[in-house]
Amino acid sequence: MSAKETQQRDRVVIRFAGDSGDGMQLTGDRFTSETAELGNDISTLPDFPAEIRAPAGTLAGVSAFQLHFADHDVMTPGDIADVLVAMNPAALKANLGELRPGGDLILNTDEFTSRNLSKVGYAANPIDDDTLAAYQVHPVPLTSLTVEALKEFDLTRKDAERAKNMFALGLLSWLYSRPTETTREFLGHKFSKSPLLAQANLTAFNSGWNFGETTEAFTIRYEVKPAVMAPGLYRNITGNTALSYGLLAASMQSKLPIFLGAYPITPASDILHELAKHKRFGVQTFQAEDEIAGIGAALGASFGGALGVTTTSGPGVDLKSEAIGLAVTLELPLIVCDIQRAGPSTGMPTKVEQSDLLLAMFGRHGEAPVPIIAPLSPSDCFDAAIEAARIAVKYRTPVFLLSDAYLANGSEPWLIPDVETLPQLPVDFVTEPNHEAADGTPEFWPYLRDRDTLARPWAVPGTPGLEHRIGGIEKSDGSGNISYDPANHDSMVRLRQAKVDGIARDIPPLEVDDRDGDADLLVLGWGSTYGPIGAAVGMVRESGGKVAQAHLRYLNPFPANTGEVLARYRRVLIPEMNLGQLAMLIRSRFLVDAISFTRVRGMPFKADELADAIKDVSES
Amino acid sequence: MSIPAQPIGPDGRSGLDLIPVVSEKGNKKEYTSDQEVRWCPGCGDYAILAAVQSFLPDLGLKRENIVCVSGIGCAARFPYYLNTYGIHSIHGRAPAIATGLATSRPDLSVWVIGGDGDFMSIGGNHLIHALRRNVNLKLLMFNNRIYGLTKGQYSPTSEVGKITKSTPAGSVDTPFNPVSLALGAEATFVARTIDSDRKHLTAVLRAATEHRGAAFVEILQNCNIFNDGAYDVLKDPDTRDTAVLRLEHGEPVTFGPDREKGVRLTGRGGLEVVDVAEAGADSILVHHVDHDEPALAFMLSRLGNVDGGVTPIGVFRSVNRPTYDDDVRAQVDDAVATRGPGDLAALLASGDTWRIGASGATG
Repeated sequence: MSAKETQQRDRVVIRFAGDSGDGMQLTGDRFTSETAELGNDISTLPDFPAEIRAPAGTLAGVSAFQLHFADHDVMTPGDIADVLVAMNPAALKANLGELRPGGDLILNTDEFTSRNLSKVGYAANPIDDDTLAAYQVHPVPLTSLTVEALKEFDLTRKDAERAKNMFALGLLSWLYSRPTETTREFLGHKFSKSPLLAQANLTAFNSGWNFGETTEAFTIRYEVKPAVMAPGLYRNITGNTALSYGLLAASMQSKLPIFLGAYPITPASDILHELAKHKRFGVQTFQAEDEIAGIGAALGASFGGALGVTTTSGPGVDLKSEAIGLAVTLELPLIVCDIQRAGPSTGMPTKVEQSDLLLAMFGRHGEAPVPIIAPLSPSDCFDAAIEAARIAVKYRTPVFLLSDAYLANGSEPWLIPDVETLPQLPVDFVTEPNHEAADGTPEFWPYLRDRDTLARPWAVPGTPGLEHRIGGIEKSDGSGNISYDPANHDSMVRLRQAKVDGIARDIPPLEVDDRDGDADLLVLGWGSTYGPIGAAVGMVRESGGKVAQAHLRYLNPFPANTGEVLARYRRVLIPEMNLGQLAMLIRSRFLVDAISFTRVRGMPFKADELADAIKDVSES
Repeated sequence: MSIPAQPIGPDGRSGLDLIPVVSEKGNKKEYTSDQEVRWCPGCGDYAILAAVQSFLPDLGLKRENIVCVSGIGCAARFPYYLNTYGIHSIHGRAPAIATGLATSRPDLSVWVIGGDGDFMSIGGNHLIHALRRNVNLKLLMFNNRIYGLTKGQYSPTSEVGKITKSTPAGSVDTPFNPVSLALGAEATFVARTIDSDRKHLTAVLRAATEHRGAAFVEILQNCNIFNDGAYDVLKDPDTRDTAVLRLEHGEPVTFGPDREKGVRLTGRGGLEVVDVAEAGADSILVHHVDHDEPALAFMLSRLGNVDGGVTPIGVFRSVNRPTYDDDVRAQVDDAVATRGPGDLAALLASGDTWRIGASGATG
C-alpha cells in the first residue's frame, strides 16, 4: 500500500447529492457532527425538494446537503463546493454547476447505467467521455462495494444497498480525517431496536473508511485543523431547534406555560414536532384543524394567562391576518413565528426567501402595528425567541418572529448558554381593581394603560373582582367599553401605534462594524443574509476596500439610532432575498436613497456576488 | 322534562368538575353587567339572556371562573351583558379560541355563544372539530335562520327559496339541519330548545352544563326584524302540540295534544309517525340519549325535515367520551410524572456536545 500523503486545508466545502431516498441529509448531518466534534467552525445548507419522494433517478428527486468547514470562522455554507459526492446521474446533472473547476468529484459508478443516464438526458456516460475533464473524478462503485461488504449479513440486496450512504460517509470521513466516535454511537442508538441493522450500517461505514485507506484511487487525505473558538460547551444546532429551545427558555423565565397552536407547514412543522416532545416543560401543543384555529387557540390560551405561540410560514400568515389584528386590539401577548419560504402562494416550500417583511409590517386591515424581530443565524433563533416573548409579554402585544427556511434547517456550532444568565421575563398579572367609579366603588378598567409602556393590564379569568369583557370592536381608552366616539378612535389608533413605537427605547441600538472608521458605504441587512454579507465584507476588506456593515434584528420598531447611523454614510446598500422590502421601509421612514441588491432564487446569497455588488456600488 | 342524571364518565367526572365553587350562590343581578342591552326590542335573545343570567348563578360556581366566548353577530354580543370574563372575537372563530382557553385552564367554565352564521357558515369547520375533539365547552347556537346583524341575508339554516336582499329570486341552497350535523360530527351531547320556553331552555342548559365534553345546544330563536315568525308554528298554542315533539330520555316518543301520535321504526330501517292507538303502544320507540352510536338520534333529527313534519326538541344524545382537554393535560402530567419536570440546562446540552478549553482547543 503506497503511503498516503496528508495535506492541510484551511477550509473545505463538501456537497452530498443523491435521490431523496438515499439518505443525503442523514449523511450530511453525520459528517457535520463529526466535524463539529473535531472543532471546525461549520455552516450547513440542506437543499431538498418539497416532494416526499419523487421518482428515483429524476432531477426533481435530487436532495443535496452542503457544508462548509474551516479552521477559522465561517459565515456561509460556501459559494461553491470543493467536493461533490454524486450518488447517481441525476444528482450529478443537478449539482455539477455547484462544484468548482478542479474540484473533487466522487461518483457512484454503479448507478451510471444507460437507463439512469438517459432518464436525465445524458446521451453517453460522462465518466467515459470528457464531459468531466475539468474535475478530479473518483469513480467508486459505492453500491456494489457496500453490498459486498455486507454479504455475510442476513439482508436483502435492497436493504444492503440502502447502507451505501454510510459507506460514502465512511469514505469521506477518512478523506477528511474526521473523528468517528459520534457516528458509531449514533448508529448504535438509531438502530437500537435492530442489532442487525446497527451492525450492518457500522460495517458499511467502516468499509467506506477502509476503502479510502486502502485503495489507490485516493492518494491524498486532508486535515482541517480546529478553529479557534471561545471556550465553553458547544453543540451543533439548527434554527428551528434553537427557536424551540428559546421558547422553552422564555417559558421557564416567565413561568408561563407554552400553548402552541399550529398547523403543519414546511418549513415550520419541526417546531411543532420539537415542542410536542417536551411536555415535561408543561407545554401544550395543539395541532389545529387549520391555520386560523391554530392562532385562535393560542390567543384563547393567552387570554387565560399562557404564553400563546403559533408557528407557520408565509401562506399561514396570510390566513392568520384577521386573528393577528384581533390580538392587536385585544392587546394580548402572542408570538407569531413565520419561517419564511419562497412565495407567492405555494411558491417553493423548501427554498429560502425573505419576502414576508411587508406582510408582517402591514398585512392587516386598519392600522394594526406589530413588533417584528428577525434572527440572523441558526443559533440566534434561540435569543430572538426569548426576546420576542419578552416584548409580547411586557407590552401585551402580538410579536412577529421572522425566521426563514435557510436558518430553520441550516446549522452551526452553538456555544450553549448558562441558563443562570438568561434574562428574567417578569409577568405582572393584575389582581386588584385599578380605578374608582364616580361613587367611589373600586372597579377594573382593562384599558387603563401603564404610563411608560402604554401596555394595558393583564387580568386573567379566575381573578375575582376583575370580571371584564374585551373584544374586537373599538373601545374606550381606560374603561374598555365599546365606543364609537370619533376622538376616542383617533386616540386609540395613535396609542396602539405609540405603544409599539415606544419599544424602541427598550431594545439595543443598531451596531455598526466600521473597522476603518471612515467607510462611506454601509451594507445593511436583516435576517439570514448576515452570514453572506459578513463573508462578502471580509472579502472586500481583504482586497483593500472600505465598507461598513450593520444588521437589523429589530424591524419594527427600528432601533432608536437607526436614522442617525444611516445618515453617517454616503451610500447605503441593502441586499435582500425579495424585491426590496427593507429598502422600501428605510427609504420611506428615513428619506435615505438606499440602493437595493436583490436576488429571489430560493438560495442564500453567495459571498462573492455580494462582494462584487459592494465593489460596484463603491466604484460608481 | 326528564333529563337523566348525567351519565358519569369513565373517571366519574361531570362538566362542572375542577371549577371552583362558592359557599353562597350569587344572584341574577350580580351576573348582569352594567352595559345597556342593544338588541332590537322583541328579539328572542332577551329571553335567552334572562334565562342564562338566572341559570348561571344557580350553578354555584365562582363567577370569576366563567368565560363567555363569542364571534360576530347579534348573538355574539351576549358576553357584554353577562358580568363574567368574556371575549367578543372574530366571525366563526370562537370555538377555536375557546379550545385554547379550555385546554390550558381546566378550572374555567367556558361558554361559546353564536348564531347560525357564526357556527354553521364561516365557523363550520371549527365547530365540527370542537365537537369531534369533545373539548369541554358549552356551545350555544341561537338559530334564527337569517343573518341579523348584517341586515337580512340568508343563512346556512334558511329554508330553500328564502327571499332576502342577497337572494331576491329565492335561495337555492339546501340548509343544514344543525342537530344532524352535530351528530354527524361525533358530538357527545346534542340538544335543541326554544327561546320562549324558559323551563325547557333551562333544563337543557342544566343537562349541557353537567355534561363533560362538548355540549352543542341549538336554541331556536326569533329575529323579529329580519325573519319574524320563523318558529310561530312551534310556539302557537293551536299548532305547537302537533308541531313539536318533546324528547324525554326513557319515555316513548310521542306528541300531539293527547300524545296520540308516536314514532316507530319501519321495517325498512327508517322512522314513521303513526297513531299510537292504531299501531299499539308497544311498537312506539322509546327514546334513549345514551346509545353508543348516534344513528337513531340522527333519524329522529330528520323528522322535522319533511314538509309538515314534527320538530323534535330536547336532548338527542348524551354519551361519555374522554375530552380533548383532559387528555392533553393528562399527557403533560404523565410526562412530568415519569420523567420529572423539564430541565432546561440538560435540554440545551443534549445531543452531541464538545467542549473547547481555555486554550481554544477541543477537549
